Amino acid sequence: MDPAARSGETVVEEPRLSGAEAAGVDVKFERVSKRFGDSVAVDGVDLEIMSGEFFSLLGPSGSGKTTCLRMIAGFERPSEGRIVLHGRDVSGLPPYDRDVNTVFQDYALFPHMTVAENVDYGLKVKKVAKGERSQRVADSLAMVQLEPFEGRKPAALSGGQRQRVALARALVNRPRVLLLDEPLGALDLKLRQEMQVELKAIQQEVGITFIYVTHDQEEALTMSDRLAVMSKGKIEQVGSPAEVYESPASAFVADFVGISNLIDAATAARLSGTSAAFTLRPEKIRMVEHSAAPGPEEVAADGRVEQVVYLGSVTRYHVDLDGGGRLIVTAQNLSQSSTEALEVQGKEVRLLWSRDNQREVSA
Amino acid sequence: MRTPSNVEPRAVRIGMRIGTGVVLAFLYVPLFVIVLYAFNAAQSQSWPIEEFTTKWFGIAWRNGQIRDALGNSVKAALSAMSIALVLGSLAAFAVHRFRFFGRETVSFLLVLPLALPGIVTGMALNAAINFGGQIFGLSFSLFTIILGHATFCIVVVFNNVIARLRRMSGSLVEASQDLGADGWQTFKYVLLPHLRTALVAGGLLAFALSFDEIIVTNFTSGTEITLPKWIFNNLRLPNQRPQVNVVAFAVILASFIPVYIAQRLTEDRRDG
Repeated sequence: MDPAARSGETVVEEPRLSGAEAAGVDVKFERVSKRFGDSVAVDGVDLEIMSGEFFSLLGPSGSGKTTCLRMIAGFERPSEGRIVLHGRDVSGLPPYDRDVNTVFQDYALFPHMTVAENVDYGLKVKKVAKGERSQRVADSLAMVQLEPFEGRKPAALSGGQRQRVALARALVNRPRVLLLDEPLGALDLKLRQEMQVELKAIQQEVGITFIYVTHDQEEALTMSDRLAVMSKGKIEQVGSPAEVYESPASAFVADFVGISNLIDAATAARLSGTSAAFTLRPEKIRMVEHSAAPGPEEVAADGRVEQVVYLGSVTRYHVDLDGGGRLIVTAQNLSQSSTEALEVQGKEVRLLWSRDNQREVSA
Repeated sequence: MRTPSNVEPRAVRIGMRIGTGVVLAFLYVPLFVIVLYAFNAAQSQSWPIEEFTTKWFGIAWRNGQIRDALGNSVKAALSAMSIALVLGSLAAFAVHRFRFFGRETVSFLLVLPLALPGIVTGMALNAAINFGGQIFGLSFSLFTIILGHATFCIVVVFNNVIARLRRMSGSLVEASQDLGADGWQTFKYVLLPHLRTALVAGGLLAFALSFDEIIVTNFTSGTEITLPKWIFNNLRLPNQRPQVNVVAFAVILASFIPVYIAQRLTEDRRDG
């Protein structure tokens, strides 16, 4: 296993080793299924989420990730199985009896209340003392840098500011677990990237478990300590970002997380003498002159560059192999310009990669 | 505001203004004539009006029959409005919140009385009250007027409330529960403030509808008199004509003011 993946794993395992409460498991799914009529949204999911970790549920729409989140929050009840929150079976409890809070996709801010009243809401309904309430509201707003806006109505805020209010409103309750349902989906790219960094920083500051639902693999890889990749109601793989990216457990994971080349069994036999299908990341392939010799542990394949896509920091080449099949190769634009990159189009090239980077999958 | 004037030719603009004027005149000139005659000093309605006076207002106010009718109308309108507010919003909650068999049918049946001819509703209620009279001693009274009015007032409240509920994001209720609020707290702090203006608007419209209703009233009131019924009964008596005009003026005001306020309340405001 690669060092990054292993260190990621260690961080996750620590609370368990230190013997923290309930063995450090905050949320546990035990054979959980959820059916809506005839369709199965979640299909026999087993999952353990550790205390204090930033955990992502990653998958395409319809993969069951949001349903999983809604079952933790209590908006849906599992058709089968149990959901355990810090050692207590909560499968039948209503949302207001659970020690979790949610940041909704559309923020769900109360339009008739000011920013401060929105943040105060959870404390008010739980009848926290007045003095403590105003102190905690102020602290929460300070954490998301929104003190100047406390008197405004949500309609008078920008998308990014509403997002922060939603976050403050959830965190002011000091939940054990914070659930986030694609909270950055409505923001533009720049703001989204800023908020990714900020969310991660806030999570480390408050130290509570974040469970983050997203279909954006980059977001999941950037922020998570661990993530689960979901497809058709089932979990395909659970692991650290590096594990999931470097060693995808299935062709689906390889394809969904980043761009990947899937080499079928026949082509695999021809190229590298292995019998199983494998995946290969485009950035692990070197594109060299036709005459260059492969290193001792390297596999070589010859082909012709069919398409060049210049992406600014990298260039992506689509190479048709001589014996059939196509590989995508990316190369950093260390010194070449777009014109130089485009000149490669139509050229005969040789592709080299290390055998270590081939990941066998059951296709 | 400049855009239309740049797009439409001058002739079209003038034509549209004239058209609008004609339609408004068609709607409001008859009402204006009634209001004008309420201030006519002469007993008979002759044009032009020679002398203006407010004496008929005092005479109408001291008329015991009219005061009884006014009292009945106000009581009936307030009661029908209250019944409509409770039942109409409960029906709206049920249709909006729960998916049940026949939901669309219930929704349709609730709205239907609005389109049903008043005379049919009236006949049906009349028959039902007679039937009720034989079974458990129901008799024509203020109570049956209220029941009759409630049938179409419920629709108005239901329509207002369900429109507001449909515009409300479903996650607001979930957010409230998520933050620890139980059903009652969610109703009090989130749902009710959100629906407040829709309820007030629906209630005012229901009041206005009930206050000037005549068809259903005729079939359900028996010997009880309401303001519209008094007008209807006295319209043909020449010596009552000035007082009829005064009462009509009062009914116009009592209908216009609630409708105007209701319209203002349901205007789309960004923070509504």
